[in-house]
Amino acid sequence: MAGNDQEYPKVVIREDECKGCGLCIVSCPENVLFEQKHLNRQGFHPAGYKGQGCTGCTFCFYQCPEPGAITVYKKGYVEEEVS
Amino acid sequence: MAKVLQKANSFYDIYERKSGMNKDITHYCPGCGHGVLHKLIAEAIDDFDIRDRTILISPVGCSVFAYYYFRVGNIQAAHGRAPAVATGIKRAMPHSIVISYQGDGDLAAIGGNNIMQAANRGEKITVFFVNNAIYGMTGGQMAPTTIVGQKTTTSPYGRKPENEGYPVRMCELISTLEAPLYVERVALGDPRHTNKVRRAVRRGLKNQIENKGFSFVEVLSVCPSGWKMTSEQAKDWLQEEMVKYFPLGVYKDESSKVETTEAKPHVFTIDNINENLSIPTRESASDKVEKKPQQQYRNPKLIIAGFGGQGVLMLGLGLAQAGMEAGYQVSWIPSYGPEMRGGTANCHVNLSTERIGSPTVSQPSLLIAMNAPSLDKFEKQVVKNGMILYNTSLIDKKPERSDIESVGIPATEIADELGNTRVANMVVLGAYIGLTGILDKKTLFQALPKFIKRNAMIPLNEKAIERGIEFVQK
Repeated sequence: MAGNDQEYPKVVIREDECKGCGLCIVSCPENVLFEQKHLNRQGFHPAGYKGQGCTGCTFCFYQCPEPGAITVYKKGYVEEEVS
Repeated sequence: MAKVLQKANSFYDIYERKSGMNKDITHYCPGCGHGVLHKLIAEAIDDFDIRDRTILISPVGCSVFAYYYFRVGNIQAAHGRAPAVATGIKRAMPHSIVISYQGDGDLAAIGGNNIMQAANRGEKITVFFVNNAIYGMTGGQMAPTTIVGQKTTTSPYGRKPENEGYPVRMCELISTLEAPLYVERVALGDPRHTNKVRRAVRRGLKNQIENKGFSFVEVLSVCPSGWKMTSEQAKDWLQEEMVKYFPLGVYKDESSKVETTEAKPHVFTIDNINENLSIPTRESASDKVEKKPQQQYRNPKLIIAGFGGQGVLMLGLGLAQAGMEAGYQVSWIPSYGPEMRGGTANCHVNLSTERIGSPTVSQPSLLIAMNAPSLDKFEKQVVKNGMILYNTSLIDKKPERSDIESVGIPATEIADELGNTRVANMVVLGAYIGLTGILDKKTLFQALPKFIKRNAMIPLNEKAIERGIEFVQK
């Protein structure tokens, strides 16, 4: 994503795996996650990232019940770690 | 700590076992607690590097399909029986990490006794007990853990203690037992609580990795669908209402008092199986049997039949007992009607230098017929070139078959001459060993006290055996 190099933590949401429960949104201390207007493959409003402001706290990762829906990149992450 | 938090390696990339479309997502409802706990367990399995020796037992309930998702060994157990299945696996494979993953309907209701007994035995397994206070999968019925006043489809006016009793608190119950090592109740919810769940999951697994004992982690969980709430409302209700009935905390933790050891896999060899079962190592029976009868008499399969009271069963028992002492593999199975005397009786006997596959005899190589109905009934079953020994005192005809050897002995008359018709069985037994040489007289005499209870009868029985031998050798 443009403007996000490794100095900036980020959260990536796989929209098709999101079931729209909203737990990540309410858990985010920075309020950088939001419910998107469009519907995904399953008919849910997926969560989305505002694009900046993530601190890499991982709260959303541990609140999300879907194993692969959220990936959190902490500050100083290495792209190779992503499988 | 990893810089990237992503889907754990202990999950399959694609859930191939899942039916239908969407094999990249779980079957759980939005906001379900199972997904979160699955993630915490999978992450711990990755971090402890135990994936190749972890076996997860899935229950009946929503998490019945845990084997869709976890890339570990999986077994799905009958309702409530996960602790029993886990016990079996752990005892057979002590080095494996066995996880029993169960819901509240499964663990506290249907399998209530299973978990108590496994805990009481202190099985070295880890149990994750997901308590969401209802039966989720079947549509939100009342469970043992449903809290007082909680409305479910089967308690529409709220759970009333006078009618349905009080919620069952499993951590409290289990922590009263002596054997469990670690019992803790945690709750999903906000990040702080979820972090405590994460820690408890890891402690539960670590106790097993260190081979310490039974770990029980109760996780209070949400069921937004069953509770008819949004994910957020459900989270709040858990924290505000459920926690009141199910106080969080460590109920028991003895892990610091137990030393870390390494669980070693069993090695299954014939020798150590015999040792475990206390079976003495035996030389092969064929080396031990000194007397080798002629080919056609070896490894006989016998049916011995007659009236009840003729000593048919004892004849078989005596033969098997003496055969065993001579070094044969033996078997003896009685079959008799309700009558003690006057009914029909028969028994099956095997004497073999090889292992005996089945103790029942459907095609005898030898029939001992003590009366006429027995000859009629079993003659046809005797194998070709087999043998029939029959009691001519009570059978006034000869066997019809010509492809077998048949020998008649007036057993009852000889016994009567000795003073007691009831030793006719021993006359026939003597005739049998005299004819075939399967046993020698000495071995048989030594075995007599083992199956004849009254010592006073032994000399008479010895005499009867001798008369049988004399008769056939004349």
